[in-house]
Amino acid sequence: MTEKSTMKTIHIEPITRVEGHGKVSILLDENNVVKQARLHVVEFRGFERFIQGRLYWEVPVMVQRLCGICPVSHHLAAAKAMDQIVGVDKLSPVAEKIRRLMHYGQMFQSHALHFFHLVSPDLLFGFEADPAIRNVIGVARKFPELAVQGVMMRKYGQEIIKATAGKKIHGTGAIPGGVNKNLTIEERDVFLKDIDQMMAWCRSALKIAKDYTLQHFEEIKDFGSFDSNHLSLIRADGAMDLYHGNLRAIDAGGKKIFDQVNYNSYRDYIAEEVRDWSYMKFPFIKSLGTEKGWYRVGPLARVNTADFIDTPEAEAARKEFKNVTKDKPNNITMAYHWARMIELLHSGEKINALLHDGDLQGTDLVVKGHRRDEGVGLVEAPRGTLFHHYRVNENDQVVMANLIVSTTNNNEPMNRAVSRVAKDYLSGKPQITEGLRNHIEVAIRAYDPCLSCATHAMGRMPLEITLIGHEGQVLERKAY
Amino acid sequence: MNEKTVTFIVDGKEIKARPEQTIMKACDEAGVYIPRLCAFKDLSPFGSCRVCTVKVNGRPQAACTQPVGEGIVVESQTAEIQQIRRNIIDMLFVEGNHFCMFCEKSGNCELQAMAYRLGILAPKFPYMFPVRGVDASHPDIFIDWNRCILCARCIRTSCEIDGKNAYGFIGRGPHKRVATNSSAGLKGTDADVSDKAPANCPVGSLMYKRIGYAVPIGCRLYDKNPIGSDIEMKKTT
Repeated sequence: MTEKSTMKTIHIEPITRVEGHGKVSILLDENNVVKQARLHVVEFRGFERFIQGRLYWEVPVMVQRLCGICPVSHHLAAAKAMDQIVGVDKLSPVAEKIRRLMHYGQMFQSHALHFFHLVSPDLLFGFEADPAIRNVIGVARKFPELAVQGVMMRKYGQEIIKATAGKKIHGTGAIPGGVNKNLTIEERDVFLKDIDQMMAWCRSALKIAKDYTLQHFEEIKDFGSFDSNHLSLIRADGAMDLYHGNLRAIDAGGKKIFDQVNYNSYRDYIAEEVRDWSYMKFPFIKSLGTEKGWYRVGPLARVNTADFIDTPEAEAARKEFKNVTKDKPNNITMAYHWARMIELLHSGEKINALLHDGDLQGTDLVVKGHRRDEGVGLVEAPRGTLFHHYRVNENDQVVMANLIVSTTNNNEPMNRAVSRVAKDYLSGKPQITEGLRNHIEVAIRAYDPCLSCATHAMGRMPLEITLIGHEGQVLERKAY
Repeated sequence: MNEKTVTFIVDGKEIKARPEQTIMKACDEAGVYIPRLCAFKDLSPFGSCRVCTVKVNGRPQAACTQPVGEGIVVESQTAEIQQIRRNIIDMLFVEGNHFCMFCEKSGNCELQAMAYRLGILAPKFPYMFPVRGVDASHPDIFIDWNRCILCARCIRTSCEIDGKNAYGFIGRGPHKRVATNSSAGLKGTDADVSDKAPANCPVGSLMYKRIGYAVPIGCRLYDKNPIGSDIEMKKTT
């Protein structure tokens, strides 16, 4: 982190304990009052462009390289799009369940990683604790049992991914029209052996997140918080469904903006705005426009949009969560952690149920259909709704790709959270300490952003470097 | 029947062979693996990749084309020869665009498997990142020139096994590449999904369409055993 008091600009770079690389810039006036705070993503990837010309069956394996944390989400979203390309609207039961198991394994490991490794230092030691302690090593020293749980839960999820996708990171399990392997009895039994322990740890992690939220409610309820719309996939009966469903968007009060929208027509409902200071686009609900149409995605949005969760323990936890806001949507940024742990428990329950399902040992892995030219695939990734959209020519080559990545959906909310925390905690302070700066990062971390994923586009993102003098005057501006 | 045999030495081991055999053939039968890329069991010797370079009585030769001879002394697994092979593999990697991480041939790729066998962790030469394309115009077969190593297996298979002439070399030196026998590209040739040529491509360059990643990780050709294991197993059986 660097601070140059004469510049009246604070840069927090890199943002720590998030996936990918980004920075925050905060502009202060001469009285240290925050004038503007922005989250910038400084990575540049180019996936949407360079997969053009590649063969469609390569795409699920290729695009998952967007990320090393949630590659399964990209793998599955792309595979779902490619199911449509090969004319398959319904997978075989074994393929659908293997993919779901892979997805819940991914959700399980990613949420555990985020909560135990990235966020727990803030919650356990406090936002302004000594940074030498406020890290995962500090957690391991003071709360070794928690650190072990985090590692073992992540390992469990990763092993499920390996058993279903072939590798813990960047596997090949989901192929157009199905999967390339089932789960053997031997593989299943390894997971069954540890599932009870995993469920116990899920419950204790949920308790930590819930207790933290309730015990610190007064101080966190406004921390980086604001009213927002919420968007997620939803099952036909209104249940939370992380793998498949239709789109539902609600406003801050819970009123439906749209519901049960077939995601193939997402472009009729969602658009993306480009702003000249970030590589990350700003999605919004078309009918509401750029000013009012932005929305949150991810665990908080999903728990808000769902009518219920179809696993008993997570449903009980959801009801408790909703009681806090009297059944209205929860718009508290820090409540993401509690919602995320509800999903961790839900994923554990789903994994448990799937492991007892004999379909996973079936051999009907792939369904065939009639080739189409266009496919859209959506999943609820750990960080939120993930859109993959492709067009393929008659030679089987990709000619168009559009990805709206979970973190991109949360771009405006993250910027709002940064701005609010900067104004509430940093504005007017004679000295901006590391602890104060960490408040900004805490707000960003609540969204569990993956900044590498979020900057996948190419060709439409203006790159501009602006040199600003100490009095704020623009000295030089260069566009590329 | 009393067949005439010759005896020669490979890395100190005595091997008996028929006089018409190449060093590689004789070694294969004896369970001694000599690394190779362009050589293929069902095709005539070609000698282009030089990965099978051995020293015969002190002189570098391609084992796939060099006939055996009575009393010759062959060096194959020496540090010097292995380094020559590593350099060749290294150059093949940097000369093309070989992105193993998403290539559908990964795990079944002889170039990749050879790199693993020879202990190559990362290329030591600078990448050239050539601009090359894909010909996907054929309904069932595609060519990805990014991955071509100019071994000519496709050209030879098309001629010698498929009875066609679908592919050939054009260009010289660094501009040399495999071309299709039609200005319209693959779709203009008589290449067919029943051809053996795509199956005999050692890398992911000439491929059948829509196979993709049907074989899961762990079950691919070189997931469990290094390339050459099938030949070396003869030694122990």
